[in-house]
Amino acid sequence: MTGPSRLAVSGLTKRFGGLVAVKDIAFNIAGGEILGLIGPNGSGKSTVMKLIMGIERPNAGTVKLDGVDIAGWPPHRIARAGIGIVFQHSRPLHRQTVLENIKLALLPDSLLRLAAAPGVDERARAIAERVGLGAVMHRHPSTLPFADLRRMEMAKAIARDPKVVLVDEPFAGLTGAEMRAFSELIHGFREEGRAVLLVDHNVKSVAALVDRVLAMYLGEHVAEGSADEVMQNETVRRVYLGGKIEAVERRLETAGASPPLLDVADLSVFYGKAQALEKVSIHVREGEFVSVVGLNGAGKTTLFNAISGLVPYAGAIRFGERSLKGMTAGAIARGGVVQCPETRELFGDMSVRENLDLGGQHLPAASRARHLAWLFELFPILKSRQGQAARTLSGGEQQMLAIARALMMQPKLLILDEPTLGLAPVILEQLSKALERLRKTTSITVLLGEQNVTFALPHADRVYVLEHARIVWEGDPGRFAEEMGTGYL
Amino acid sequence: MTRLPRSSALWIGALVVIAMALLPFWVSAYILSVLTASYYFGVFAMAWDLLFGFAGEVNFGPTFLIGLGAYTAGIVDNQYGLPIVVCVALGALAAIAGGLLLALPALRLRGPYFGLVTLVAVLLLQNAIVIFAGVTGGEIGMTVPDVLSIDGNVNYWYALAFLVVCAIILFGLSRSAIGLILQASGQDAVEAQALGFNVTKHKIAAFCISAVFSGIAGAMLVFYEGAASVDTIIDIGIGVQVIIAAVLGGRRTILGGALGAVVLILASEALRPLGQLNTFVVSAVALAVILFFPDGLLGYALRAGERE
Repeated sequence: MTGPSRLAVSGLTKRFGGLVAVKDIAFNIAGGEILGLIGPNGSGKSTVMKLIMGIERPNAGTVKLDGVDIAGWPPHRIARAGIGIVFQHSRPLHRQTVLENIKLALLPDSLLRLAAAPGVDERARAIAERVGLGAVMHRHPSTLPFADLRRMEMAKAIARDPKVVLVDEPFAGLTGAEMRAFSELIHGFREEGRAVLLVDHNVKSVAALVDRVLAMYLGEHVAEGSADEVMQNETVRRVYLGGKIEAVERRLETAGASPPLLDVADLSVFYGKAQALEKVSIHVREGEFVSVVGLNGAGKTTLFNAISGLVPYAGAIRFGERSLKGMTAGAIARGGVVQCPETRELFGDMSVRENLDLGGQHLPAASRARHLAWLFELFPILKSRQGQAARTLSGGEQQMLAIARALMMQPKLLILDEPTLGLAPVILEQLSKALERLRKTTSITVLLGEQNVTFALPHADRVYVLEHARIVWEGDPGRFAEEMGTGYL
Repeated sequence: MTRLPRSSALWIGALVVIAMALLPFWVSAYILSVLTASYYFGVFAMAWDLLFGFAGEVNFGPTFLIGLGAYTAGIVDNQYGLPIVVCVALGALAAIAGGLLLALPALRLRGPYFGLVTLVAVLLLQNAIVIFAGVTGGEIGMTVPDVLSIDGNVNYWYALAFLVVCAIILFGLSRSAIGLILQASGQDAVEAQALGFNVTKHKIAAFCISAVFSGIAGAMLVFYEGAASVDTIIDIGIGVQVIIAAVLGGRRTILGGALGAVVLILASEALRPLGQLNTFVVSAVALAVILFFPDGLLGYALRAGERE
């Protein structure tokens, strides 16, 4: 920690059009030090990693590697200067064996050297052994489990013998034992004197590994220090949890009485080889407001996408009397399960009104007009923005439009995935009030996925906590603060 | 692994080449002429596969590079009467220039947009040839004073030797370190760069290599046929046939291109009695293979070998 810094970043800024994705970020990493860069989705942490690697060009700022400013260099030069990256997802060479994939990383960048240098084979084998691929080095990547594919990415980075290693979400999709093996590999980097940057959603997953943590939110630096300090930091807690958890009063008349409208049993989902959900069971009763809280990457979106018929799954999902298995996404939506996705999926070039009309396509004209009037009452801002193209709305307005459009479909069950994503606190309040009105004035059933607990709890009748692909807690929001409040981050 | 040991694969390859070389003693002169043309097509398809299968660049207009080589060689021969070797070399140079010209948009545009540029390039070349009819022969076509040989058997051996040499070079290249880097660049350019490879440099090289082989093959085809015309060398339909041959044979295999071209051309000969239906049936079969065996003939065989 005391040595001279290997990697020194200062004033790093990146704009995409009008959006400032990274704003004046600065940090140093010494050789043999591990820095965790954390932040929720959209905080700009991945952009920082891309800026260092040269995949994106910074608008301002310097990135110094051993004193040489490499900001704005093309990636291959930055790589040769000594920065390596372990991607979260990669497309390995499928016709080649694991060993050949590792050898690729050992090849010179030359058009004239047709054969690999002597000794490459031996080095590739040694690296394969080191990362735990010794037994499978002659197999093809497509036959490997997910963890081994990630080991292969690790091996490719090691092969370049980098001074600085950037690791994107080191533990995503791994089991406990695999996580320990990866921790050891990353510790190995430290012992060899490399500077390591771990990029992840939350402090918890990297806390045991890092020397220091830097937290980002909406492109800005919010806190820096030891993992504990950052976890205690007020701003960080507000970003992740939404501040102090309010005591909540409940209406209890419906809960427990009605039959479940949605019943999810033993749901498992795999993305290729990564397990995104593991035997998840939840139910939502008619008229209930249920929140699923969990940090980014816990599996919330996957759960909702499975319900909406967008990803294949194992297990059973029943809606009312019907099993949703095998139904197309369109049929499920027409059947009354409407999702308002995290990404909003608005038609950017269409006006607010056109977006809403599309949602209300199936309604007869008269009831569509009535419904529209009701929605404008719920979200007054949309009424004044009717003629505006959806893409020109602010983030909060877009979110309201997305919810309104979903409501135009007159859902029996409305699924809201992370509506607060990337929104400023004042917008959250407006959104929160709209949800409150929705709950009080209609009998709609809502399933809400959130990372922001303060936003999720006040409305909820019941809460599930999703962590690492599993439901780890279920209960009413009153008990959440005492039972889960501290362990959540 | 059920993969053949390297030495026995070599033996099989050698036997196939010897058998092909002995064909003139068995088959009719007509079949021989069909095979001769198909061998040049095989080189077109292999050159295309290097660009698409390895570098990942979808070139919808392989005939742009082929045509540049063919017409440059033909025009030089017509105008200045230089030796065939010199004409072919100049054709190859023109094709390289064309390849570099294509590489420029390829490095800026992605997927379908680049594909569109390659299509337009073919149309432009086609138009240029019609406009400069004085030297190119325009729509009627052009005859060249020199031919490789007037003996059908010799022509066949020329084409076979050319095919074999090209196959060895292109296949060797695809299996070399450069082939590995090209594949990585084609599949995940960002990661290839992060591993320290100058993707731009390697892609430009791929364009040049593909262009050289396309250009030489185009030029040789002109000196085999003794003539060149837009319809037989540059038309988009010809380009589509080259692409179908490469995909039918198996992309990312190089040798599959040669196999596909021979199969495709022989099939349309065999079905000639069907008359008008011939092209339809061949296309339908090619489509079915692409749909159900997207890895192609050779790719399918290799895949079967990879499964342990």
